[in-house]
Amino acid sequence: MTQSAATSFINVGERTNVTGSAKFRKLIEADDYNAALDVARQQVENGAQIIDVNMDEGLLDSEQAMRTFLNLIAAEPDIARVPIMIDSSKWTVIEEGLKCSQGKAIVNSISMKEGEGPFLEQARKIRRYGAAVVVMAFNEDGQAETADQKFEICHRAYKLLTEKVGFPPEDIIFDPNIFAVATGIEEHNNYGVAFIEATRRIKEEMPLTHISGGVSNLSFSFRGNEPVREAMHSVFLYHAIQAGMDMGIVNAGQLTVYDDIPKDLRELVEDVILNRRDDATERLLDAAPRFKGEGGAKAKAKDLSWRENDVQERLTYSLVHGITDFIEEDTEEARQQAERPLHVIEGPLMTGMNVVGDLFGAGKMFLPQVVKSARVMKQAVAYLQPYLEQEKKELGIENQPAAGKILMATVKGDVHDIGKNIVGVVLQCNNYEVIDLGVMVPAAKILETAKKEKVDMIGLSGLITPSLDEMCFVAAEMDREGFDVPLLIGGATTSRVHTAVKIAPNYSNNQAIYVLDASRAVGVVSNLLSERESENYRASIKAEYEKVREAHLAGDAKKKRITLQAARDNKFDIEWDGYQPAKPEFFGPRAFENYDLAELVPYIDWTPFFQTWELRGRYPAILDDNTVGPEARKLFDDAKELLDKIVKGKWLTANAVIGFWPANSVGDDIELYSGEPRHSKLAMLHTLRQQIARDHNRGRAHTALADFIAPKETGVADYIGGFAVTTGIGDEAALEKHFQKTDDYGRIMFKALADRLAEAFAERMHERVRKEFWGYAKDEKLDNEGLIGEKYKGIRPAPGYPAQPDHTEKATLWKLMDVKNKTGIELTDSYAMWPGAAVSGVYYSHPESHYFGVGKIERDQVEDYAARKGWSVEETERWLAPVLNYDPRNLSGAKVA
Amino acid sequence: MRRKPSWDQLHAAAKERILIIDGAMGTMIQKRKPTEADYRGERFADWKSDVQGNNDLLCLTQPKMIQEIHEEYLEAGADLIETNTFNAQRISMADYHMEELAYEINVEAAKLARAAADKYTAKTPDKPRFVCGAVGPTNRTASISPDVNNPGFRNTDFDELRAAYSEQVRGLVTGGADIIMIETIFDTLNAKAAGFATLEVFEEMDLELPIMISGTITDRSGRTLSGQTAEAFWYSMRHLKPFSIGLNCALGAELMRPHVADLSHIADVYVSAYPNAGLPNEMGEYDETPHDMSCQIEPWAEDGLLNIVGGCCGSTPDHIKHIREHVEKFKPRVPPKIAPKMRLSGLEPFVAG
Repeated sequence: MTQSAATSFINVGERTNVTGSAKFRKLIEADDYNAALDVARQQVENGAQIIDVNMDEGLLDSEQAMRTFLNLIAAEPDIARVPIMIDSSKWTVIEEGLKCSQGKAIVNSISMKEGEGPFLEQARKIRRYGAAVVVMAFNEDGQAETADQKFEICHRAYKLLTEKVGFPPEDIIFDPNIFAVATGIEEHNNYGVAFIEATRRIKEEMPLTHISGGVSNLSFSFRGNEPVREAMHSVFLYHAIQAGMDMGIVNAGQLTVYDDIPKDLRELVEDVILNRRDDATERLLDAAPRFKGEGGAKAKAKDLSWRENDVQERLTYSLVHGITDFIEEDTEEARQQAERPLHVIEGPLMTGMNVVGDLFGAGKMFLPQVVKSARVMKQAVAYLQPYLEQEKKELGIENQPAAGKILMATVKGDVHDIGKNIVGVVLQCNNYEVIDLGVMVPAAKILETAKKEKVDMIGLSGLITPSLDEMCFVAAEMDREGFDVPLLIGGATTSRVHTAVKIAPNYSNNQAIYVLDASRAVGVVSNLLSERESENYRASIKAEYEKVREAHLAGDAKKKRITLQAARDNKFDIEWDGYQPAKPEFFGPRAFENYDLAELVPYIDWTPFFQTWELRGRYPAILDDNTVGPEARKLFDDAKELLDKIVKGKWLTANAVIGFWPANSVGDDIELYSGEPRHSKLAMLHTLRQQIARDHNRGRAHTALADFIAPKETGVADYIGGFAVTTGIGDEAALEKHFQKTDDYGRIMFKALADRLAEAFAERMHERVRKEFWGYAKDEKLDNEGLIGEKYKGIRPAPGYPAQPDHTEKATLWKLMDVKNKTGIELTDSYAMWPGAAVSGVYYSHPESHYFGVGKIERDQVEDYAARKGWSVEETERWLAPVLNYDPRNLSGAKVA
Repeated sequence: MRRKPSWDQLHAAAKERILIIDGAMGTMIQKRKPTEADYRGERFADWKSDVQGNNDLLCLTQPKMIQEIHEEYLEAGADLIETNTFNAQRISMADYHMEELAYEINVEAAKLARAAADKYTAKTPDKPRFVCGAVGPTNRTASISPDVNNPGFRNTDFDELRAAYSEQVRGLVTGGADIIMIETIFDTLNAKAAGFATLEVFEEMDLELPIMISGTITDRSGRTLSGQTAEAFWYSMRHLKPFSIGLNCALGAELMRPHVADLSHIADVYVSAYPNAGLPNEMGEYDETPHDMSCQIEPWAEDGLLNIVGGCCGSTPDHIKHIREHVEKFKPRVPPKIAPKMRLSGLEPFVAG
């Protein structure tokens, strides 16, 4: 870019962002704040005029991370001298950041995505905290794509901010969305022009405002070709800055000077960015390799020139790119050249899959691509199958053994298997034989099959907390029966710490090993099966887990809990006097059968869907993410296509039941009555109370869900609700009917969508409950549109999750609402729901009710809870194992001594 | 939102002349040498802890003494008097186990100052006197760790400060203050919490008062205790749309001047300054005479830096009288028009474009 343009352009440092920098994320996850501060310091030293701080990562306590990091920055004058950009998609995180900023910061960002009400409310608060604000060109209908849309949304936001909030125009920064161009999709060709044009118009109409954007989004299609990317950024900025862009999250040191860009490249790039000719994308794609410097992956070509290469290269290309169109003809060609059909698999196909494995290992391919590769591979193998059979018959020989045999199972009581299936696919891609026993597999069957099949390794998966205990049990059984193969542990609630502390000690013959995700599975398995490495590897894991155990025990001692009595004395105190709870429309259960799936689609939360595929980031930003954006888009397109089929073809049946009852709290429990007056007790819901000892208890209660229901002695007539929804009825039949056995990609996608639909169903029913069936939120909305935020009043916590970690509470809901008969959802031994695409929970309506985590609890509460539930203490400890703040074994040992 | 008639009167007066703010309350109380028994009065005769030194408590136990001091300053020519509430919020009051009195002290303190001001306004109706509800910094800091080995630790936070300040401001407004004055700001984050609380209380009571903001540059580094320059401090507070920005305490007039000049050039609101009567001597006493102090301040007025001036620690009615006589012949500063630009801050200012 030119010198003059550069001088007024504001560089925002981007490295202290957990979503944009893997390095920074790892430091924060590891609590290594000193090194994280160094990252911030380097940015300031390198000329960042503002630093962007983002802690939006699913596993982090983002509020706390934001607070900790900003407080630490405050103590570092060489960092704290510059303003902070508080970057989060979560309002609570933004507010936490504002509460820690003595300087005038920038909030990044707010938008009208959820309508004017929340937008205005947040803007007013930001003004009161004294910060500038980034406004995304995003409204109720989505992100603005055309120049008209961008301008109109920004203009509407501007009027609201300046006229209704009194926001100074110069403190408003618009981000009119920079999207990728030259993607091969025609509608994307004008994205660069749209941004520049919108910028020009915004600056004309609203000259005091600022324009910002994440520039690297623009050039995704040329990942790996840095010279072309940098040229694109420079050319884009050159035009955007002339139009009025004056701020950006940019690595300024890496920008080429506009005039230094080779003239031919500049023209090609300019054609693309300014959308000056229809073939601009093709021309730049053709020319791009010429400009590529050292290293980097090949820029993707859209033509079919790869079809002219030899058969090995074509097979590799199909495998890497997940293209099935030519796989059979290429496999046939390879077969004709090969001596034996098996050699096609061992030779060209495995060579191709090794390339896939290498790229995946190096982070250059992502999970959805690998699963598509597997689909291509399976199709090739299926094509060869008849030839293999025939050869076997003719020659009477066995196929070569696979690299290793792995048994996989989701443990008894648990039905969740998407992650396990993905790991299975990845392992198969790497020539391991996988025996998948499916879901709800009892220990005995796992061990029996493992013996019979002489497996090299066993992998256990589970998602709900009781599965952790079941895994401990399987490990102990393996020990007892004298197994000596590695035990792999994976799934959402599992962790390295749990594996090291609870599972590994049960299995002394060999080693239990935690596997974080599918991308790690191959490395772990190949290490374990390598004759040379195996022993060292296991020894190093053993030593590592030993340390984890010690650190855990040391850490345990520090984690003090207060007594149950003290926690109760500091309960979440709601002023009941004068509070009139809304009365639901009906009492008892009401069922909804065959609910319209189309109605649920808009309620889908896509972020967890991408997480399923190990694509990290939040929707919709993930679609434009620096690294995974293009893959996320492809995945998203496939998902929408399949979703359309599911909905139109009614592949799944959605059933729900909801219910309401008069209720009052009695201590930490909630009494439900069959009707008014409240004479006859119908059921009791039990809740658990926080016992965490805090340094500062000021204003922070020790909450239990029971606190959100009016205590019996207040005489306030309060109510409670329950629900269970599923969109999984018919899932097995649909899989059978619509998907090839080889189509792992489609099958996993289908299950992931069923899960998303179930969550969407829960969201939709909760909305209807608030507006219609309980109706406690309908009036507020009618009264004042500005109070749209109020529609989220009330919560729907699920048993087994942080606010009430006891899964067995589902049994009470099942009885109350006759869930099994009304919806078809059953409970397993571990109280998991079957089918898995199901959600259940309890409705609370009080405006101050909120989500929280009970955290670890002490033995005094366990004893109290046991008495209330009518259980023994041992039974209680088993169900609440994941939240105990003590080791029951040690405790009983200590008592004896 | 509703405003009091004093809103317009104050703005008119500031346009017309340099306004005089009163001097130290603590110095004047000490001169009267109140004993522990005086502090306690009848009401707190049996209080569980010592209360000597809790100057704000005197609003309840020795109201006559406080009103007398206000009147001495009004007699010396002060236009603005500050309520005796520097520590009257529950965080500071905890030192005396008197958290629950915070609200009451503020109400009573504002009533005392109100009565004194009204008495003098009645005498000279063409020169109305105003009550500043004084909001101090508390004894904790939200931006600085009290533990050098643990820089991320804080012994208070925004929410706690905001709650304590809400209660104080509500009391001051209820008692009849004309202005909310957030002063002696060591830590800008504390002051932002105070400002946030003040706006909330205004909204809740449907009554808007002018806000005065006064920071403290603690030493020759030219920074607040929490590390900000005067300009960065202004950008952090500007969203409150205050009536004035300025500096007080810590430094004598001589060392304060360059920073007041800075604010005078960059702030598009009125500028206030009320320095200490010099720096404390080896006995901890402020010994700059009224004459010395006013001779140092006179050129500020002459150079057009000032809208509001007075004294902080060590100053007396005599100091205020002298200062008034030295500055009254000069025209007040006219706030400059400042170009609308995005002005951010860390410890240092950042101006876009």
